[in-house]
Amino acid sequence: MADPTGRDEGTGRKPASSGEADLSARLKSLDAKLDQAGARRAETEEPRTRSTSDPGAIGRAFRLSAEFVSGVIAGGIVGYIVDQLAGTRPWGLIICLILGFCAGMLNLMRAAGLAKPARYDADQR
Amino acid sequence: MASPIEQFQIKTIIPGVGFSNSSLFMVATVAVVVGGLLLATSRRAVVPGRAQSVAEMLHDFVAGTLRDATGSEGMKFFPFVFSLFMFVLTANMLGMIPGFFTVTSHIIVTFALAMLVIGTVVVYGFMTHGTHFLGLFVPSGVPGWLLPFITIIEVISFLSRPISLSLRLFANMLAGHIALKVFGGFVVSLASAGVGFALLSPLPLLMAVALTALEFLVAFLQAYVFTVLTCIYLNDALHPGH
Repeated sequence: MADPTGRDEGTGRKPASSGEADLSARLKSLDAKLDQAGARRAETEEPRTRSTSDPGAIGRAFRLSAEFVSGVIAGGIVGYIVDQLAGTRPWGLIICLILGFCAGMLNLMRAAGLAKPARYDADQR
Repeated sequence: MASPIEQFQIKTIIPGVGFSNSSLFMVATVAVVVGGLLLATSRRAVVPGRAQSVAEMLHDFVAGTLRDATGSEGMKFFPFVFSLFMFVLTANMLGMIPGFFTVTSHIIVTFALAMLVIGTVVVYGFMTHGTHFLGLFVPSGVPGWLLPFITIIEVISFLSRPISLSLRLFANMLAGHIALKVFGGFVVSLASAGVGFALLSPLPLLMAVALTALEFLVAFLQAYVFTVLTCIYLNDALHPGH
């Protein structure tokens, strides 16, 4: 960004042809640098997002299965409590189990990185 | 041959007060953590010795994890997160010593730890943000008629966090220890099954050796994952709804 001022105060105005060549060369080198920086960032970012989940297939399998099962269990517990409090014997459990299934699926897709993270997960970086 | 799940049995050591082998190993874990860290930091040299540099490494490791996830204002939770990490890590590692009881292979222990984490998140979230903390359950950009369903699903998803947090640590430790015991049992039963089978008995032994190495990795990894998820959940309490 500081380049144009630097050029102007150096030798005044340069000839158009050399200025253009200069500019295109600088653009090319800038492109190359941007590509490099992008590649480096991709390299460093990629394992960072992955490292919140466990490396290795077994760890991943455990993590994903725990995410899904816990959603269903949480739904079941909520349904049972709703039934106890409201006396709607089978219906709270049935509906909350289905909703728990949905929550488990949501957990699963978030853990696998397929769904958009919720707002409260958004800045886990 | 011992049953593979016999190692998880709770035996009361002191009746009356209900002091069991699980309690004994919890006390042992705390004693190892506190004693080890006190011993390691007793010299407090500028150029750290071996023990002191391990203690400093552990400190920097947890501090870095916490700062990455929550930023610098999350550092007030550092004592909590560090104790949690050291307890889980030491309990897992103590469990790897043959004949020792693995505290974290019981779901009630890991669930208690997870409830401690979620309790801290909820209490701190409501204390600092009040009802704004509830905005966590209402996602943005959802059509109006879908909002009640999504909100209920988000609430259940939030409630499932302590369960998944505890389930993961518990299932890893339980499965690993059972697998180790089963392969160890194969060695014994093959060796005593006759000459032909006895020649095969080194094979499960090799597997048991490999599994032991894997279990040490899992023991560390699960303590780390528990800590990372704790930090992520604490981050919700610090900055809900960005």
